[in-house]
Amino acid sequence: MIITTTWYLLLAAILFSIGTVGLLVRRNPLIMFMCIELMLNAVNITFVSIGSHLNDLGGQLAVFFVLVVAAAEVVIGLALVVAIMRRRSRTNADDLKILGG
Amino acid sequence: METVVFLISAAVILSGALGVIFSKNPVHSALFMVQTLFGVAVLFVLLEATFLAAIQVIVYAGAIVILFVFVITLLGVDRAEDLKVEPISGQRPLAVVLGASIFGIILTVLIVAVGGPTGGQAANTPIGDATDNTRILGEALFSTQVFSVELTALLLTVAVVGAVVLSTRPTKPLISTLDEQQNDTLDDELEEKGGE
Repeated sequence: MIITTTWYLLLAAILFSIGTVGLLVRRNPLIMFMCIELMLNAVNITFVSIGSHLNDLGGQLAVFFVLVVAAAEVVIGLALVVAIMRRRSRTNADDLKILGG
Repeated sequence: METVVFLISAAVILSGALGVIFSKNPVHSALFMVQTLFGVAVLFVLLEATFLAAIQVIVYAGAIVILFVFVITLLGVDRAEDLKVEPISGQRPLAVVLGASIFGIILTVLIVAVGGPTGGQAANTPIGDATDNTRILGEALFSTQVFSVELTALLLTVAVVGAVVLSTRPTKPLISTLDEQQNDTLDDELEEKGGE
């Protein structure tokens, strides 16, 4: 059995679906962030494998920028979670329906 | 050889991902995420993206997961959510259906595209071999992609400033809460306007 690009894409698809289900099911904001990271990683696998398939550096460059954006997003997101937790004792995503106005 | 490495790291990645979404304790989720990230790093090595593999371990496993663990430490882990309670009825089946359908769509595309993905080489930057990877990536980043690199610098600066602003303890509340009296006068004014 030879591993082709399709195998990598299949693995990335499964990982992305697991991340989606986790994001929709879990209510702890920290774990929801982790699921977003899983989905970003699935996309990274796709980028690198297709870039390797086409012998093009563009895939790896895209992954580089995705990493930077993921780091910035986690920093802001966790700061928001901490700021919310300071005002309210327990927080999951459903407790924040007050944001609906 | 490559097949064996791929299969083992695929198993590591998927079990870690399932661990993230099924553990009750957020700390366990964070550790399972480290497992997934290391598996992805192994795949990057397999695809000869050596620089990205190193960055994956340093930035993701070294910085982002540590940040998660710090926040968990700050907030306490005793609030393990009860996974048996389903807050919105039918949420979980719907979530599973949605995830399965996303997977089905991608699978359909993969099956339809017989012989793997096609397409031309977009830019004139070939990958080169694994030993050359870092040099080629650096040259591309600081020649053709230099504008994007500057933009990410701006993004990171904004993110750091935002995090500091969000996490400083405000001397007075950020959102000024109206007290009762103000509320009443506000209601009166609104009524007057409504009457006119």
